Amino acid sequence: MFSLTAFLDGFGPLIMAARFTLLISVLGIGLGLVIGALICAAQLSPYPALRRFAAVWVSFLRGVPLLVQLLLVYYLLPVVGIDVPAMVAAVTTVGICASAYISEIWRGAIGALPPGQAESAAAIGMSPPDVWTRVILPQAIGLSLPALVNELILLVKASSLVSVVGILEITRSSQALAATTYRPLEAYVAAACVYLAINLCLAGLGRYLEHRMAI
Amino acid sequence: MDPQILVQYGPMLLRGFGLTILCWLLGTVLGMALGLVIALAQRYGPKPLRWLLQVYVEVIRGTPFLVQLFVLYYGGPMIGLRLDALPAGILGLTLYGSPYFAEIFRSGFRGVAAGQIEAARAIGMSEPAIVRRILLPLGLVSALPALVNFSIILTKETVILSIITVPELMYQVQRMSTETFRFLEANLVLALFFWGLVETISRFGRRIEAGVTRHLTERP
Repeated sequence: MFSLTAFLDGFGPLIMAARFTLLISVLGIGLGLVIGALICAAQLSPYPALRRFAAVWVSFLRGVPLLVQLLLVYYLLPVVGIDVPAMVAAVTTVGICASAYISEIWRGAIGALPPGQAESAAAIGMSPPDVWTRVILPQAIGLSLPALVNELILLVKASSLVSVVGILEITRSSQALAATTYRPLEAYVAAACVYLAINLCLAGLGRYLEHRMAI
Repeated sequence: MDPQILVQYGPMLLRGFGLTILCWLLGTVLGMALGLVIALAQRYGPKPLRWLLQVYVEVIRGTPFLVQLFVLYYGGPMIGLRLDALPAGILGLTLYGSPYFAEIFRSGFRGVAAGQIEAARAIGMSEPAIVRRILLPLGLVSALPALVNFSIILTKETVILSIITVPELMYQVQRMSTETFRFLEANLVLALFFWGLVETISRFGRRIEAGVTRHLTERP
């Protein structure tokens, strides 16, 4: 039977563990934004070699399951002699994986701007860097915000996979809870509730941003 | 890698690959079927049912697949739902995919021009006939790219089934690597394999799309 007390008791440790889920997701998306911007720039660059590199980067990271990527990095780092805490490795992997999706989001946002914007900016004599920093990027970043919040929701869910390499986030913590209380149903349903609460808040933020952007 | 290892583990890996494909196919087909039912129920069902389905969609989309599998496989027996790993995995994939498919169908149906439905009603078609002969054929075509896209995402989700000990490819590769201590090579090969698989499926998907939407594209 479902024990309500065991279910409610689970929330204490799970909410503590939620800090790590949020930390991984937020750092992951931060890293993803930086690398994603570079990859997006490479995709839009006039050099075929850079474009090809970016295309392979995106295709590989979107074609390989995140769990495989995590284990690959986990086993690769010791071989190449890099000794970092599991947390750093996990955030890096999640961020690199997110960069592939984020670069596509930004490419889409830049592509969605009417070409007249850049043309008229150039026509009134703005230099190319000015066209980018003052006309294209401010609009493209605004347009991409709802999609980026969506990506953050995906990352919160994807971060459950780093439990496999031993980081005590929500999922790992619920496994420990299930093992110590012998009540797996309550522990995992409680974990699902914590994830749901986080993601509903984020989805609300996304809708708010979408509303603000749609002027 | 030592060829001896491949000879020894080849059959095991092949079985794992077969199971990965089986889980993916069943999960996709069943998830799509359930998603279609949900989308139709959300369109034509009574209000309480629509509200209930909306909660279902939000809950499944708001929680990680891994946690859903844990609830199903480890939590299920506590309320009498005792499943082996493989059926639990396939059921999990189906439940996980269904709300995403439902949303895809829903937006596909929204893409059907209202005039088409009104015209069908005006010439006296019954509501089921409209669904079968107008809504589905038109809606499915516009939903196709998104359906293919999500099916590809599901191929990658099958590796998560290894965590609840479904002996699919990922599981077999992990077993092989713990027995041979070839962790890096094994995972690298697995990554390349999935890359190839996903690229193949998406190429195949684009071909189907081109075939189905031929009447919509301009002729040279």
